[in-house]
Amino acid sequence: MLTAEYPAVMTPAIDIIALHKSYGTHEVLKGIDLRVQPGEVIAIIGKSGSGKSTLLRCINGLEIFQSGSLTVDGKPLVHHNAGAMRNLRQQVGMIFQSFNLFPHLTVGKNIMLAPGLVKKKDRQSAEAHARKLLERVGLSEKFDAYADQLSGGQQQRVAIARALAMEPAVLLCDEITSALDPELVGEVLRVVEGLAQDGMTLLMVTHEMRFARRVSNRVIFMHQGRVHEMGPPADMFGNPQTPELQQFLSSLHD
Amino acid sequence: MVDFTLWDIARNLLLAGRWTVALSLIAFVGGSVVGLLLLMLRLSKAPGAEWLVAAYVQLFQGVPLLVQLFLAYYGLGLFGIHTSPWVAAGVGLTLYASAFLTEIWRGCVASIPRGQWEASQSLALNFGEQLRYIILPQALKIAIAPTVGFSVQVIKGTALASVIGFMELTRVGKTIANATFNPFLVFSCVALMYFLLCYPVSLYAKSLERKIHADR
Repeated sequence: MLTAEYPAVMTPAIDIIALHKSYGTHEVLKGIDLRVQPGEVIAIIGKSGSGKSTLLRCINGLEIFQSGSLTVDGKPLVHHNAGAMRNLRQQVGMIFQSFNLFPHLTVGKNIMLAPGLVKKKDRQSAEAHARKLLERVGLSEKFDAYADQLSGGQQQRVAIARALAMEPAVLLCDEITSALDPELVGEVLRVVEGLAQDGMTLLMVTHEMRFARRVSNRVIFMHQGRVHEMGPPADMFGNPQTPELQQFLSSLHD
Repeated sequence: MVDFTLWDIARNLLLAGRWTVALSLIAFVGGSVVGLLLLMLRLSKAPGAEWLVAAYVQLFQGVPLLVQLFLAYYGLGLFGIHTSPWVAAGVGLTLYASAFLTEIWRGCVASIPRGQWEASQSLALNFGEQLRYIILPQALKIAIAPTVGFSVQVIKGTALASVIGFMELTRVGKTIANATFNPFLVFSCVALMYFLLCYPVSLYAKSLERKIHADR
């Protein structure tokens, strides 16, 4: 499987081969091949309904795919094996458009819950880690707050801290600024950019093209359930090859 | 004929009221335990579980409680199992309450946004942890008011246990009425006692509902 470009010692962070996914008779993903190296920052763009979010959700097993293979850090995703899925999900963090903080728990407990339950971290070190992460996303004073006391941007930054608390190898971001008021987008993107600079492997579905261009190493344009065009951001935005991508990009400038 | 003063009537009804309360508690606690197990079975998405629980709910919601009690009392007797009115009434009301409670709670769990399941799943929590730490604590808050409201139905439902010889409020009322030839007075007292049992519970359910709405 390994090509000359990538030496054998380097296990890809994510390796997707011929992934097919359909809802009933409607085929959403029509054969996706994608290999992501550790530390890569990938922006997935495309029209709604092109399968971007579905692809992301397949990577941590939120969606069940019909055929093809998907490995994370060399370990294959097996849906019916609860133990394997638990291990895989510790490697893959996910951040959602709608934040999905747990409203009945404080910010601190939101962050400490999974490390305590899944990684059996003791309370003290979990709390120390949670406070460090909150500081990193600029919310150190919000440890005891509840989600409904925070703005959308603050909630999303807590969600990032919560995902990071599991120390994942890969972070999936599913349109994480789409539900935010425009003035709150920047604070969230700055946190994500910081993660990218720290070497986190990131896959993000995004409509923030300027951000995608600045931060990503590779842009993937999805169209009708396929990877239609893929390349470095300068080429993709500066010199799009396919008419579909040209059309998609020009539609954004209207 | 024995002479009954009003106090005699009230005293006997109060004593019988204990058994109404006891049977209500058995039905409510038993129904809660069975209902919760059914809920977890249904949520586990185990093959056939959803269908099985739905059939159970339909069965016990679709057959009059009175008939269920007859079946529990006489049906078990047919198979040579001797049941006391206590056991038959306890079992019958437990099954009845569990079918309604599991359906009420299923609705509460369904009202928790899907994102809560997905977020906790993404954090590698297993099914049991998701339920215990994320879903049920939130569903519980919504469930309190309708659950307390249903307990009023359970209290009133215990009156039907009188037909299988269970000496609770209604049955004792009937016995006294037969002895005093004053059924209107006696059953007025019985009605008042049911009301005094149920009304505070209804009030409590209402105040809980208000409190939960105010919290949002």
